[in-house]
Amino acid sequence: MHEALSITEVTAYLGELLESHPLFSDLWLTGELSEFKRHAPSGHCYFSLKDEGALLRGVMWKRDAARLAALPRSGDLVLAHGRLAFYSPRGELQIYVDAILPAGVGLLYARFEELKARLEADGLFSAERKRPLPALPRRIALVTAPGGAALQDMLNILRRRCPLVEVLIAPCLVQGERAPDSIVEALYRAYGAGVDLVILARGGGAPEDLWAFNDEAVARAVFASPVPLISGVGHETDTTIVDYVADVRAPTPSSAAELAVPELAELYGLVAEAQSRMTVAVYADLADRRAELYQATRRIERHAPLRRLGRDRQQVDDLARRMERAVSTAAALRQVNLRGLAGRLEALSPLATLARGYAVARRADTGQVVTAPAHASPGVQLQITLRDGELVATVETPVRGTPAEKRRP
Amino acid sequence: MSAPTPVESYEVLYTRLQKVVASLEQGELPLAEALILYEQGVRLAADCQRLLDHAELRVQQLQSGEPASDLEA
Repeated sequence: MHEALSITEVTAYLGELLESHPLFSDLWLTGELSEFKRHAPSGHCYFSLKDEGALLRGVMWKRDAARLAALPRSGDLVLAHGRLAFYSPRGELQIYVDAILPAGVGLLYARFEELKARLEADGLFSAERKRPLPALPRRIALVTAPGGAALQDMLNILRRRCPLVEVLIAPCLVQGERAPDSIVEALYRAYGAGVDLVILARGGGAPEDLWAFNDEAVARAVFASPVPLISGVGHETDTTIVDYVADVRAPTPSSAAELAVPELAELYGLVAEAQSRMTVAVYADLADRRAELYQATRRIERHAPLRRLGRDRQQVDDLARRMERAVSTAAALRQVNLRGLAGRLEALSPLATLARGYAVARRADTGQVVTAPAHASPGVQLQITLRDGELVATVETPVRGTPAEKRRP
Repeated sequence: MSAPTPVESYEVLYTRLQKVVASLEQGELPLAEALILYEQGVRLAADCQRLLDHAELRVQQLQSGEPASDLEA
C-alpha cells in the first residue's frame, strides 16, 4: 500500500501530467458552445463545450477574448484552441481556450447577412440619405487606430493633396472585442469636435479583423453622423456593414483620403480662372467705353456747325432746284396753252376769211380799208388782198347798198 | 475652435474674389469704381495664392477614452 497523498498533491500531479502532455497542451476541439458568459468586471469568458455525449468546462481570458472578431454565443458550433488543465479549487478539468473560430464558414456570413437585412429594413442604407461631400472640407476627423499604417497613408495623402485642411485624429481600437465600443466612442468624440467630414478607416486584414465594422452599434453610430462620413475599411474586396451606412464608401483608407479633399492644383486653377475672368471683364468694359466714346464723337460731328452749314447749303440747292423745276414746268405749260390759243387765233384771222373767197379792199393811196362805196370815188386805185395774192384795181362805179347791209334786218 | 481654419480664411478671400468677378462681369459700374474693384480682385487672388503656397497640414489628436497602451497594440 502506498503512502496516502493529499488532495493538493494529487491535483498538482494531474496538472503536471496534463501540461506536459503533447496533445493536451496544444489542442483543437470542436463542439457546441453553451452557457457562454462574459464576466463583465473582469472581461473573462466562461462557457461549456459539449457534444451529444460529453461536456467540458472552458475559460477564455480577457486578453484572448479581446482578439475575437465577434463574441460567440451559446449554441454556436465552434472550433476552439487551447490547453487542458485541472482547476484544483473546484476539482474540475477545464480547457483554457485562446481562440474560438466559428465552425463552418457560414456562421459569420450568416450573422452578417442577418444584420445587413435588419439595418437595411431600418433605412440605414437608404440612398436618399447619402449626403454629398463638402467641396472643400475645413476640418476632417480621422477615426482610426493611431498607430496604424492606414493613418499614415491618409495623412500623407491629405498633406500632398490639400495641406490647407485641418485634421483631427480620433483614436480607437479597430479590432478585438472592445473595438466596437471604442469606435462608437471615437465617432461621437469626432462629431462633437466641429468637423465637417469624418473618415472611418482601417487597413486591410483578415475578415475576422474587420469584424468591428460589421457591428450593429458601430453601424448605428455611423448613421448618426451629423456630417458626411466616408468609410475606408480593409482592401477593395472587403465590404463591411459600415460601408453600406457611410455616405460614401471608399475601397481603402488611402482612397478615402483622396475622395475627401480636392487637389491644391484645382484651387490654384479656380483662383487663376477668377483672375482671368476679372481681367476679361475689365478689358471688355474698357472696350465698351471706347466704343461709346467713338459713337459720341460721331454724334457730335453730326451736329457740328460746319456740317450744318453744309446741310443748309444743300437745302438751298434743293430749293433752287425745285424752283427751277417749277419754273420750267410753268413755261412748258404756257407753251402748250399758247399753241391752243394760236389755233383759235388762226381761226379768227382775216386770212382765213380770204381763204373762203373773200377779199379785203384798201385804198392804195392811204391804205384805208374800204368797207363802204362812199370810201372810194371812181378813179381811185384799190389794193385788193386775196388769199393767194393781191390785185390793184381802179374804182369805176360805186353801187349803193351791199349784200351785208341787205342781210341786216 | 474660434480661430478660423486655413480653409475658412481661404474661403473668405475666395468668396470675395468671386463677388468682385461677378460685379465686374455685370459691367455697370462707373469706370473709377471698376478699376478700384479690379485692383482689389488682383490683391485677393494674390492672397488666395499665398495661402495655398504656404498651406501646411495641421494635425491634432483628440483625447481618447482608451489607455494609450491599448491603442498602440
